[in-house]
Amino acid sequence: MKKDIILAGVGGQGILSIATIIGAAAVELGMHLKQAEVHGMSQRGGDVQSHLRISDHPIASDLIPQGKADLIISVEPMEALRYLPWLSKEGWLITSSEPFINVPNYPETENVLAEVKKVKQHVVLDAEKIAKDLGNVRAANMVILGAASPYLGIAFDKLEAAIREVFGRKGEEVVNLNLEALRAGAKIAKG
Amino acid sequence: MKKALLLGDEAIAQAALDAGISGVYAYPGTPSTEITAYIQNSEQAKEGKVHSIWSVNEKTSMETAIGMSYAGKRALCCMKHVGLNVAMDPFVNSAITGANGGLVYLVADDPSMHSSQDEQDSRALAKFAFIPCFEPSSQQEAYDMIFEAFDLSEKMQIPVMMRITTRLAHSRAGVARREPRKQNEIKLHPNPKQFILLPAIARKQYNELLDKQPALEAASENSKYNQYIDGSDKSLGIIACGLAYNYLMENYQDEACKHPILKVSQYPLPRKAIEKITKECKEVLIIEDGYPVYEELLRGYLNQGLKVKGRLDGTLPRVGELNPNLVAKALGMPATKGEDVPALVVPRPPSLCKGCSHIDMYKALNEVMEKHGKGKVYADIGCYTLGALPPYNAIYTTLDMGAAVTMAKGAADAGLLPAVCVIGDSTFTHSGMTGLLDCVIEKTPITIIIADNSTTGMTGGQISHAYGRLEQICEGLGVEKEHIRVCTPLPKNHEELVKIIEEEIAYPGVSVVIPRRECIQTVGRPKTYN
Repeated sequence: MKKDIILAGVGGQGILSIATIIGAAAVELGMHLKQAEVHGMSQRGGDVQSHLRISDHPIASDLIPQGKADLIISVEPMEALRYLPWLSKEGWLITSSEPFINVPNYPETENVLAEVKKVKQHVVLDAEKIAKDLGNVRAANMVILGAASPYLGIAFDKLEAAIREVFGRKGEEVVNLNLEALRAGAKIAKG
Repeated sequence: MKKALLLGDEAIAQAALDAGISGVYAYPGTPSTEITAYIQNSEQAKEGKVHSIWSVNEKTSMETAIGMSYAGKRALCCMKHVGLNVAMDPFVNSAITGANGGLVYLVADDPSMHSSQDEQDSRALAKFAFIPCFEPSSQQEAYDMIFEAFDLSEKMQIPVMMRITTRLAHSRAGVARREPRKQNEIKLHPNPKQFILLPAIARKQYNELLDKQPALEAASENSKYNQYIDGSDKSLGIIACGLAYNYLMENYQDEACKHPILKVSQYPLPRKAIEKITKECKEVLIIEDGYPVYEELLRGYLNQGLKVKGRLDGTLPRVGELNPNLVAKALGMPATKGEDVPALVVPRPPSLCKGCSHIDMYKALNEVMEKHGKGKVYADIGCYTLGALPPYNAIYTTLDMGAAVTMAKGAADAGLLPAVCVIGDSTFTHSGMTGLLDCVIEKTPITIIIADNSTTGMTGGQISHAYGRLEQICEGLGVEKEHIRVCTPLPKNHEELVKIIEEEIAYPGVSVVIPRRECIQTVGRPKTYN
C-alpha cells in the first residue's frame, strides 16, 4: 500500500494536524512515512502545503512527483486548485468549500467551486459549518480528514485511535469533539 | 526501539544529544531554527545540563562553540546559510586553529529562497575553509552522520560541516536512535598554543591544515555514505549529491537504474570513485541541490575534457531547488504533470498578521514620509520586511541583518535626506548596534525606528536579547536620552507616533524611535531563558 497526499491550506489554518493524525496512524501500522512541511515566512498568511507520503516500502523522495498524488486534501477551495498539477488522473480531491479571503483579488467563490467540481473525483463540503454545529469551528480539519478517510487506505478505527493518541493530553472533551468531527466528515464522503 | 518521527532538524538535534554534546549555539534562522528549539525542550538536554540558550548572532555563537571545543567538550553550532557569512571570520580561522573537543557546524541552505535573500551553497565554503563536509540524503542519514562528524572532528582535530537544505530540515521521517554517548570531560589540547593565530603560529597551522587533506580525502573514499552502484549502461554515469540521490531514485521505483550511480554524501569528493565513473562512462550527469559547485570543478574552466551534464549546460535548471520531476526531465523521462492550475487561482503572498504592531508603525511612517518622497526608508530582515508589499509599499532596501542602519547612514553621508531606517529589536542586537555606534560617532542625521515586538518573530517567536534593555543599549552607545522615544503602536496612538517620527526626522542628529508592542503570536508566552 502506498498513498501520496498533498495537504493544502493557508498559513495558520492548521493543515499539519491532519498530517499528524494520518502520520500517527501510519507509524502505528509500521508503515514508512515522509512528510515535507512549510515553515518560516510563508506561514504568515501565505499559501502552505505539505507533501505526505506513506508506504509499505521505503520512500525515496520527500517531494511527491507531479501527476502522482493519490489525494489532495485542502481546507480551502482555491488552495486545492493550486496543486492540481500533482494530482494523478485517478486521484481524489477533498476540500472545504469555505474560502479564506485575505487577498484583494480573490476570485468569485462560485467560480472557484465550479473549477473544483471539474475534477473527476471530488468531495466538497462546508467543513467549517459542520464543525461549528458540533461546537467548535477549530475541528474543521478533522471534518475534512473524515471526508478523506475512505480514500486513505487506513482503517477508520486506526484514525480514531490516532486522534485519541494525539489529542489525549488535551482531555476527553477535545478528543470527543475531534472524533465526532471525523465521523461527521466520513458520513458526508460516503453520501 | 520504535522509530521516532522527526523533522530533519530534530533528527540532527537528537543525534547531537546522543553523540554527547555539552552545548548547542545558534541564532534563529529558517530553516535551522528547530534544531536548537528541540534541544531547548529536551529532557535529556536538561538532565545533561547541555547549554542551549540562543546567542546574539552567528559570530558570537560560533566563537562560543569554538571555546567549548577548546575546553575539550563537544559543541554543535547551527545556522542558516547566510548566518555563515556573519560567522565567516571564526569559521575560516577555526579550520586553522583546529578543534579539540568535537566541533560540528550545521549549516542549512535554502535553495529556491523559500525564506531567504539568497541561495548560496555552503559546500563551497567548506571547501574554501578546507574542512570536511557531510551532506545527508535522509533524516536517518542525518542522524547517523552527526556521530561520524563528531568522531571525525576529534580524530582529525578539525571542525566539520554538515550541510542540509530546507527540504530535509523541514521534512519528517522515522528515525532509529543509537545508544547515547557520554559527554566529554574538560581536557586541554596538548598544544593549546595552536589556538593563538599569531602569524608565525598561523603559518605552521595552515600548513598542518593542508597536510590533513589527503587523510580527509581518504575518509571520503572509505565513507559508507559515498556509494558506487554499478550499472551496465555506461553511456551515462550519474553523480548524485546529498538529497539529489532521493530525487534520482524516485525515478527508478519500478525498474532499476541501468547507469552507474555515485552517491556523494561526504566531501572532499571521493577522488578514486570520481575517476572510476568518469573513465568508465561516456558522459556524466551531476545532480547537486544547490550551486553547481562540483559540476564546475569536473567540467574544468575551459570545458575541454569530460562531457559533463548538469546545471551549467541546461540539463537541469541553473537556479532553484531540485525535485523528482526536474531530475526525470534531465534523464529524458516523460513528464507526469497532472492538470494545469486553473487561470483564476491567484498568488497568496505572506502578510503581516491581523493586529500586528508593525501595521500601525508603517501607517504612521507612511503618513510622515509622504511629503519627503520615495526611496528614503531602509529596512532589515524580519516580519517587517513585509512592509515592502502592498498595501504598505513602505520600504526600499533589505540587504542583510543590520544593514538598515548602515545603509541609511551611507545614504545620509551621500546627502540623501531624510534617512530613516526600520529594524526589529532582535535584528538590532544581532547586527544593528555596531552601525548605531558609527552613527553616534559622526552625529549622522538619521532616524532609526526599532520596531520592538519583543521577540524574534519571523522564525517563530524566540526570545529577543533586546528585551528589557533596548533604551539602555542605545543610551550606552551614546544616543541622547531625549532622542530615544518610545510609543505604543496602536490605532488610538497614531497621531502621537506620527508626531514623534516627524520631530525626530527634524532633529539633525541620531534619533531612535521605539514603537513597542508585543508580537500577537507570542503574547502570553513566558520571557525567560530556558
